[in-house]
Amino acid sequence: MSVPTNGAPAVSTPEPVADPVAHGEAAQREPRWKRLPVIWQLRRSVGLQRGMLIAGLVLCAMFILMAVFAPLIAPYGFNQLSDAEGNFPRQGAPSAQFWWGTTVGGYDVFSRVVWGAQTAVLTVLLAVLASIFLGIGLGLISGYLGGWLDRILVTIADAIYAFPSLLLAIVVSIVISGGESGFLSGILAAALSITVVFVPQYFRVVRAETVRLKSEPFVESARVLGASTPRILSRHVLRNATRSLPLIITLNASEAILTLAGLGFLGFGINPTAAAEWGYDLNRAISDVAGGIWWTGVFPGAAIVLLVLGITLVGESLNDLSDPRLRMRRRPARLPRKTATAMKGAA
Amino acid sequence: MTIAERTAPIAAAGKSSGGGGLGRYILVRFLLIIPTVFILVTLVFFLMRVVGDPISASVGGRLTPDQLAARLAEAGYDRPVLVQYFEYIGQIFTGDFGRTLTDNREISEILVTYGTGTLELVFYALVVALVVGIPLGRFAAYHRDQIPDAALRIFAILCYATPVFFAALLLKLVFSVWLGWFPLGGRASTDTQLVLDRISGSSGINIIDALRTGRWDLISDVLSHAVLPAVALGLLTAGVFLRLVRTNLIGTLSMDYVDAARSRGVREGRLLRKHAYKPALIPIITVMGMQIALMLGGAILTETAFGWRGLGFQLAQYLGARDFVAVQGIVALLAVIVALTNFAVDVIAALIDPRVRY
Repeated sequence: MSVPTNGAPAVSTPEPVADPVAHGEAAQREPRWKRLPVIWQLRRSVGLQRGMLIAGLVLCAMFILMAVFAPLIAPYGFNQLSDAEGNFPRQGAPSAQFWWGTTVGGYDVFSRVVWGAQTAVLTVLLAVLASIFLGIGLGLISGYLGGWLDRILVTIADAIYAFPSLLLAIVVSIVISGGESGFLSGILAAALSITVVFVPQYFRVVRAETVRLKSEPFVESARVLGASTPRILSRHVLRNATRSLPLIITLNASEAILTLAGLGFLGFGINPTAAAEWGYDLNRAISDVAGGIWWTGVFPGAAIVLLVLGITLVGESLNDLSDPRLRMRRRPARLPRKTATAMKGAA
Repeated sequence: MTIAERTAPIAAAGKSSGGGGLGRYILVRFLLIIPTVFILVTLVFFLMRVVGDPISASVGGRLTPDQLAARLAEAGYDRPVLVQYFEYIGQIFTGDFGRTLTDNREISEILVTYGTGTLELVFYALVVALVVGIPLGRFAAYHRDQIPDAALRIFAILCYATPVFFAALLLKLVFSVWLGWFPLGGRASTDTQLVLDRISGSSGINIIDALRTGRWDLISDVLSHAVLPAVALGLLTAGVFLRLVRTNLIGTLSMDYVDAARSRGVREGRLLRKHAYKPALIPIITVMGMQIALMLGGAILTETAFGWRGLGFQLAQYLGARDFVAVQGIVALLAVIVALTNFAVDVIAALIDPRVRY
């Protein structure tokens, strides 16, 4: 925990921004791009940790590409039931025409998995952005101002935090869509329900950092110089309070996918005609299993697992790399391990 | 990281008791339940009222406007929201969670009928999680930074990344359909359930009832139905336990007393098994409390996937029927249960580990 005390803290922190959207544009500037989160960590990782990070990034990139190019990749629409040759078969086995078979409703499984990536990625983006803004905003204000507002917000955040998130998501999705969802309202419902669950997490982390930072000399000197509260918060506190955010963002993102799928599985997600959603497909597939029909469930399920796995791998590696006790180093790290095994052999 | 965060509020609650004795800690911790439940119930109530009244949502399309207005007036939904709110809070304090719209049953009765099923499932799942998680965590710590450790780490991530209903689907496919080892779903076969329900003073917990009859066919039937749901839900938590045990064990291995033992010539394996193991298990109790919330959420999905007639299964049925009064009631009830469980776990943790109290 090295705390910058020079009054211009942002310069000395290795992670200047925690906003994942900004990365793409900033990557063009040569001296700066190497210090961006993820890239910075990738460059200094070694061995197994590097492997995990790369595997995670590849998985995520694969799904993002799938989402962006869904119209080109998918052979059929997500709600297409027939083509020029007539109606699609129901529960048709994988074949040359339908690579992964067709569902009980007569949809092409492969196409729905591909289109499902679009739904998942959009939901994650919305949920993460909304949680970040609300959570960070409330955390900064609550931590900096303190007093009764702080107490109330902390109590509410703790209460929400201890509650099963899926239940909360169900309630919120009832509020937003009444349980009947089109494409946008369904994504919005899922994203906002996840936001409600995740705001307390950002809130707690940012608040704790803010409470710590507000008594730091550089914040006090800014206050003495007459800087306004919004300026102190945005300039001096916020930029230093975002250190642990990349990990929470990845947790948030994977939780978002799982919640979306959970809602869909309970029949509370997006209508199959409005968008492809993996959880809904699994809901329909669970009764297929009794007849030995595996392709309707295995593929959308595997898509969920792989995407969450990818995001989690990225998050875990980032966490390891930011912690000097866990980070593997190029040379010295090898030595103690060898001596440790040598000692074990001797014992 | 998550685990450390999840235990944080408990530590904070402990501090606020100001260092009194155990009795004081329990009292303060008990009083903290009230705002938690109150906030959640209030939140859920107002969220549900934002959409409008539950009657229009449930049967609105099928009634004429006059009939609808009559039904609304009858149920009291035409009054100001605040009046309804205070009435609702008053009812909850007397243990009355309302009645379902679709089949007009008391919510508290649903808890008694189906709660036992959920309790049974969560118990089995906890057993699976502990049996899988703790030894594997120990194994990973023993082989720290070696291939088994890395493989178990991936396993733990997969446990988290696999939604319980997908795990359920895979388990059913492999072990029920392809191998035929276990039944596809339900809590027991129809015949068994009939026998168990007829027992005088039936507890509703199938395995207890089956054990009381002492008939092996009943016991094995109940257990074979429980295996797949328990594994599906248990693996979700097993990953958490695995990582927790691993991290704690590695942590306690660097403690001074372990160093002292090592300098006396105690072997690494024995250090791990005898010296570092038990202190590393204490945090599991605390985390178990936080896992209850996760498990209840998972239970809803597991029960739906296996047709396991518990609270979650019933909740999904009411969701499907758009009976939001029932949903609100069950959610409020679960809020109380979660708060009480967390309280119980905190007290147990305080009894075992004196540091928590201060």
